[in-house]
Order: sequence, then structure tokens, then C-alpha cells
Amino acid sequence: MTLLTVDNLKVTFPTRTGRVEAVRGVSFTLGKERLGIVGESGSGKSQTGRAIMGLTPSQAEITADTLQFSGLDLLKISPRERRTLRGKRVAMILQDPKYSLNPVMTIGRQIVETLKTHEALSMKEARQRALAMLEAVQIRDPERVFDLYPHEVSGGMGQRAMIAMMLVCGPELLIADEPTSALDVTVQLDVLKILDKLVAERGMGLIFISHDLRLVSSFCDRVLVMYAGKVVEELPSADLRNAKHPYTKGLLNCLPTIGSDRHPLPVLERQAEWRL
Amino acid sequence: MSTATPIVKGRHGRSRASRRLWSVLGFLVTVVTTFLGLLAITFFIGRVVPIDPALAIVGDRAPAHVVERVREELGLNLPLWQQFFIYLKQALTGDFGTSVLTTHPVMEDIKRVFPATVELATVGTIIGAMFGVPLGVLAAVKRGSLIDQLVRLIGLIGYSVPIFWLGLLSLVFFYAKLQWVAFPGRIDIVYEYTFTPVTGFFLIDAIMQGEWEIFWDVFRHIILPASLLGYVSLAYISRMTRSFMLNELSQEYVIAARAKGLSEARIIWFHALRNAAVPLITVIALSYASLLEGSVLTETIFSWPGLGLYITNSLQNADMNAVLGGTIIIGAVFIGINVLSDILYRLLDPRTSR
Amino acid sequence: MSGTVNSSPSLREWLLSDRPASRRQARLGRAYVIWRRFSENRLALAGLLIILGLIVVAVFAGQLAPHDPTQGDLRYARLLPPGAEGYILGTDDQGRDILSRLIYGSRLTLMVIILVAIIAAPIGLLVGTVAGYAGGWVDAVLMRITDIFLAFPKLVLALALVAALGPGIENAILAIAITSWPPYARIARAETMTFRNSDFIHAVKLMGASPIRIVTLHVMPLCTSSLVVRVTLDMAGIILIAAGLGFLGLGAQPPLPEWGAMIASGRRFILDQWWVAGMPGFAILVVSLGFNLLGDGLRDALDPKEAGQ
Repeated sequence: MTLLTVDNLKVTFPTRTGRVEAVRGVSFTLGKERLGIVGESGSGKSQTGRAIMGLTPSQAEITADTLQFSGLDLLKISPRERRTLRGKRVAMILQDPKYSLNPVMTIGRQIVETLKTHEALSMKEARQRALAMLEAVQIRDPERVFDLYPHEVSGGMGQRAMIAMMLVCGPELLIADEPTSALDVTVQLDVLKILDKLVAERGMGLIFISHDLRLVSSFCDRVLVMYAGKVVEELPSADLRNAKHPYTKGLLNCLPTIGSDRHPLPVLERQAEWRL
Repeated sequence: MSTATPIVKGRHGRSRASRRLWSVLGFLVTVVTTFLGLLAITFFIGRVVPIDPALAIVGDRAPAHVVERVREELGLNLPLWQQFFIYLKQALTGDFGTSVLTTHPVMEDIKRVFPATVELATVGTIIGAMFGVPLGVLAAVKRGSLIDQLVRLIGLIGYSVPIFWLGLLSLVFFYAKLQWVAFPGRIDIVYEYTFTPVTGFFLIDAIMQGEWEIFWDVFRHIILPASLLGYVSLAYISRMTRSFMLNELSQEYVIAARAKGLSEARIIWFHALRNAAVPLITVIALSYASLLEGSVLTETIFSWPGLGLYITNSLQNADMNAVLGGTIIIGAVFIGINVLSDILYRLLDPRTSR
Repeated sequence: MSGTVNSSPSLREWLLSDRPASRRQARLGRAYVIWRRFSENRLALAGLLIILGLIVVAVFAGQLAPHDPTQGDLRYARLLPPGAEGYILGTDDQGRDILSRLIYGSRLTLMVIILVAIIAAPIGLLVGTVAGYAGGWVDAVLMRITDIFLAFPKLVLALALVAALGPGIENAILAIAITSWPPYARIARAETMTFRNSDFIHAVKLMGASPIRIVTLHVMPLCTSSLVVRVTLDMAGIILIAAGLGFLGLGAQPPLPEWGAMIASGRRFILDQWWVAGMPGFAILVVSLGFNLLGDGLRDALDPKEAGQ
């Protein structure tokens, strides 16, 4: 079953020096699976995610032949309907919990807020659900964490709280935009495991946006490689070694393998014709 | 090496409570030295700057023996540091000398007139914050739009206008032409003898006594000068609100709040404004303090019987004790408000309160 | 632009060059970039025009003023409304032309702000750079004194000072200057702290420069640009305080055509002859608005990071 259909998506920003196309015709479909989007910074991967969420800055222009989420035409429905989707049926995890959680609200209140926005329930029920969700992201002492402020918890704990806040309403599609890049390496794996388990248990579709090809290929079923606002290659994670596009090969070559000679260090090539 | 380790440990290993104690102590030292400095400056202005303070008090036509007696009474023949010590002792017990003009002790006078100024500045700040904060938020949300430009213009004029001039013009318009407001003073002469203030804040007193007619009269007296002061603080508050809100709205947590499906109104007025409120409190407190200062000119225009009018009347009569007493009180309130805003800041921002 | 083949680059290119050949070129180039940013801002340009206008009017007051500013026509020209023949802005109670008084008054306004800036800015610069460079207890003591002055409301302190010194425009200027320097000291200190430990200061130190030389020749010049912006932004406030002192009869004394004092003398006629007090107030508003616009524009041009905030 197709959850999301994206066909020829374009995101254009007007600037003083002219129009800048951040996303230039991206197409893909997504079922209940894990799709990774990889690319360097400025490749348009984050803007693709934001366009699906409907979080593109208002001055930007979005066009697409199709942008459909479970039968809904996202470009046709009203901003209000779009908003009720967010947090309820599609959700997004941002990079750094230090900045993406409101610093003056307790973690518990922020989770409860998501619930109260989309469901009519009492404060007591909401609290129970939030505590259960905190437990689901493997926070050992949910009662205590519920009343903590974001600056009082570690980065890994904060990102778990972020996941709890976004998944508490049980969305069908989750967009994770560099969810582990700001975390310590040791914590990264914990958070990924939690994410992995939740996605599997709840049968969500996942778009995992990252610059880290190795991470994405180990975590996702399929990988889109983006360069300069376009998809240059799409392939199953298992077939990564058979990548055809030179940019993908370049990205793969950047990964060090133990035991091999690293001299000279490979340099990522960027050729003008890939932009076309 | 081995000797250095315990020292380092002692420094960093200091417990949270004792670190807190030190910061509180440092804070207290700052407040106390600032206050002493304030007294030193007023002492300097009162005793050192004038060629002969005794002459300044009795006037230059007074006979020589009178001048000498006053010099003796003031302790002007003592060395300067002893004079300062005496001055300090008197000031700390609230003794600022006697006013030549009213013949009362200055402290007594100030106690009588101060509530009028506080009431005026408070109503002014309420007006300024009530309109300034929403205008600043709107300007930030609609950045670059017509509203933004308009708020900027209103603010710039507020920064640039001589308040006493604006006061005069508004009197011509709202009092003389439209007759919407009352003037001069705080209360109509009809009520002046029947109304006995308890707190000294007439609006509150009238409510407490259930005198709605008087409340309306007091309101008609206060609204114009308070609006004027409010406009000045609105200029400052709206500008700072805009800048704080622009900063907050560009934060990641705003995107996260949108991703949760919250309405724009909730994101702006609850999430972003709640964060902007932390520095805004300081701004509002500072603008309150500056209104106490602005009242000096405003009260003169509106015959408002407060501290500002008291100071300017004393100035015109070269009544230095009264002028310096008023200056010390305003300075002390300034320091007090700064302390208060600092404490409020700590309470409001969870990052500093624990 | 033109079709001629010209091997030497245009002035604009010379100014915007990435590799300036001389110190002069680099300096002019930087000034040009700042000017371009500044001149994009229309309001800032308007502010600049107002200030230039003020200077021109002050310099040529003798030529521009149609009447004598202090001697009026008591018999035929008392309290004439604006537009009366020969008196565009009307006359006051002594039959003096208000326009001429405003024109001559611009000299007083200019004098006040220039003198205050000349007195206060160097004091602030000196206190701030010495505190920032010396550090330690010198810094602590100097900054404590600065904070004490900052704790005073400016106008009230100026009032008390003038009350002690005696009314008059010189004393008013002195009083305003004494209340104006603390913020400059704070800025200069903050700037000094940022490069106190930088390599070029160490280099100068190694070459044997004395602390006095380092502070005056190397630290102070670097603090000036932010100080200039702050002083410009403060000008409006200085004008307002000077006018307030004049209004209370503590600044310039009659018959000097000081704008604040003019408002005070027009106050008695405010209900029937609004222009006597109205016109000088408007002049104050325009000039201080000009300084605010100019200061805003300068800040944005010198520090594009904060532009628009």
C-alpha cells in the first residue's frame, strides 16, 4: 500500500539575486517502509522533508505533479487540514534536542501538548499517555523526567523526549531529519535502536534524512541519493555496492575500510553536468 | 603538581549551595556599593560643587552671622570626610534635612508626594506594555510588512519626541478642544476634601471605598499623563519585543511546534512569547524606572502633585535639600527595580532558577 | 558601461577589489562598502539629510534668518499666526520671528551635542579601554564607578548637577556630559576585552611598547567605530535632555533662542497661540528623529549581522 507519493516536487526560494531552486523535481513513493535520503548539505534533502510536512517558509514556492499522502492531495487541502495532519498522522524529528525542545516548558507538558492538540482527553489521561510514551522510548524514570526542563537532561535523553513528543499521537509517517547527528557516538546507537523498534512495532513509514550513507544504508530498506536538488540515484540498501552514479560511488569511497590503504585520501568529485 | 591538585579540586568541587551563596553575596555587595556611590555623588553635588552651600540655603543677602550659624549647623567647618560620614548616617536614617520651601522635613514631603508618582508611572507602564508587547509581536511576525514599518515609525517618534511638548499639545487637544479629560492635578477640587486616601493610590482607594464617581474623576485626571508616559515606554517596549520575537521565531523549537500541529497563534503567543518574556521582564522593569524619571517633566506639565513636580518646584527655589532628597529616592528606586528585575529574570527562566 | 576598451579598472572595481594594493585602497574600499549598505536604507539617508540640513542652517544662520532672533517688533508683530506676512512660522509674545529664532537655535543645539560628545566620548573611551586592558582591580574599581553612574536616572542627575552648578547652557552641557559617559565606557571595555589577548597586541608588546602606547595607539582606534554609532544614537537623547533642562529654565537663559526654553516661554499662550510652543517642539522632534534614523542606519551598515532587528 502506498502511503506517500511524490512526483516532480520543486521548492523555489525567491532571493535578492534571483530564484534559487532548492529542490528540483524529486519523485518517489513510500509504503510502510524505511526510505533513506542521503546527500551533502545544500542538496535539498531537508527541504524535501519540510515540503512534505508543510513546513516550508512561507515565501518559498512549492509545486509538484503529485504530492499525495494516503489519498489526500497535500497541495489542495487547506492549511488547516494540513495542520491537523501534522503531529497526528505525519510527524518529524529534528536534529538537536538542545534547540528543538522549548526551553521554558517541561518535557511532560510538551508531550501532553501534542496530545491535547489532536485528541480530546482529560489532563489525567493525557499525563498517563505521555508517561507511557516516555516509557516506550526507554526512559527509566518517566515520572521524574516528565517534570524536567530540556536543559536538565542529556542530549540522548532529550532526543528520546523529542521522539516521544512526536510519536505520542501514533503517526503513520515519520520524517527524521538527521535525528542522531548532534548526539555523542555512543548515544547515537541507543536512539537509533529505539527508533528502529518503534517504527517496526507501530508499522510506520519512515523517511530518514542524513548525510551519512553508511548509517542510512544499515538502517533503511531503500536509499535515495540527492545532489543539487535532484535525485541522482535510487537503489535498495543491499545493492549499494552496485551504485552506478559517480556521486554515489564517491560517497561510498569516502567510507574508510579497515586494513586498506588510505593514501591518497579520496576527494569527493562534483561535476557540473550532474546538476543538469 | 601534587600541591596544585587540591586547590583546583577545591575550586571546582565547591558545592552548588555555597556557589549560590557566593553569587548572592556578590550581588549584595554590588547593590550596597552602588547605593553608597549614589550617596557619595549626591553628597558631592550638594556639598562640594556649590561654592558655599550655606549661602545656597540662606541666600546671598543674609547677614554674616546667620551664614556662620548655618555653616556651623551643617557642619561645614569639619573636614570633608567627617561631613560625608555625618551625611551618610543621616541619609541612611532617612534624614535628608528640611525643605526651605515647605518647611517640612524632606522625607516627610517625599512620603506625601511619592505615591502620586508611583501611581502615574505604574498606569503608564501598564499602558506601554499592554500596547507595546502586542505591537512588537505583530511587527516581528509580519516582518517587513506595512504593520512592521508603522510600528517602527511609532517607536522612532516616541524615541524622538520631547515629552513635555507632546504633553502641552495633547492638553490643547484633549482638554481644551475635545474636553475629554480633566486637568489639572490628580482629582477634582470638589472631591479633594471629602476623599480620604488610605494607600495614597487614588484609583485603588476609590475602588476600595466604592466611590465610583470619584474613581471616574481620578481616571479622567490620570489617563492623559499616563498615556503620554505609556507612549514613551511603548516605543521602547515594542522595539525590544520585536527584536526578541524575531530571535525566538527563528529557533528550532518553533519548527518543532509547527511539526506537532500547533496553530500559529499558539506558537507565537504561547511558545515564542513565553521565551521572549524572560528578557522582556527586564525591559519592562527598566522602562518603569525610566518613567519615574520621565515623570519629572510630565508632572510639571500636568500639575501632577508627585515627586517630579516636587523636585522641579524645589529647583526653581534653589531648595537643595529637597532636590537631593528626591534624587536619592529616585536613584534608590532605580537600584531597587534593577534588583527586582534581576530576581524576576531568575525566577522566570528555568535555566537559571535551578 | 561605455564601449571604450579601457585596461585600467573603474573606480568602483578599484574600491571593491579583493586584493587592495595599499592601505589607503583597503580603507577606502571598506568605507565604500559601508556607504553602499548605508545608502540602501532610505530612512537612514533621510536622517543624514536632516543632520546635514541642521549643520547648513547653523552655519549660515546669519544669511538664512529673515529677522533678528532676539529683537522683536513689539508694536506691530506680537503673536502673529503662521503665514502672516513676513513671518512664515508666526511670531512670539515679544514680536520676534519664530523661524529666525529656530534658525539661530540650531546653533545652540549643535553646540550642545558637539560639546557633550567631545567631553563624554573621550572620558568613556579612556575609562573603558584602561579598565578593559588593565583588568584586575583597576577594572573592578572603574567599572563599579561606571555602574554607579549608570544607576542614576540621567535627567534627574543632570537636574541635580545643574541645580548645584547654577543654571546656564555651559553648566547644562557639563551636567549632560557627566551623565553620558558611562555607556561609552562599557562599550569601550567590551571591545577592548575582545582583542586584549589577540596576537597583534602580543606582538606590539614584544616589540617593547608601553601599556600607555598600546592603549592609545592600538586599542583606542579599534573601539571608535562602535563608539561612533553609540554616540550618534545617543544624540537624540542628549537633545531631549538639553531641551528638557531648557524647558525647566535650567539650560540656556533668555533671550537665547534655545528650543526647549522657547517651548517654556510659549507655554502661557498654548491654548490660543499654539505655534509659539508648537514650532520649536517640532524642530526638536525633527532633529532628534534625524539622529535616530542616522544612528540606526549606521548600526545596520557597520554591523550587518544585526540589520533589521
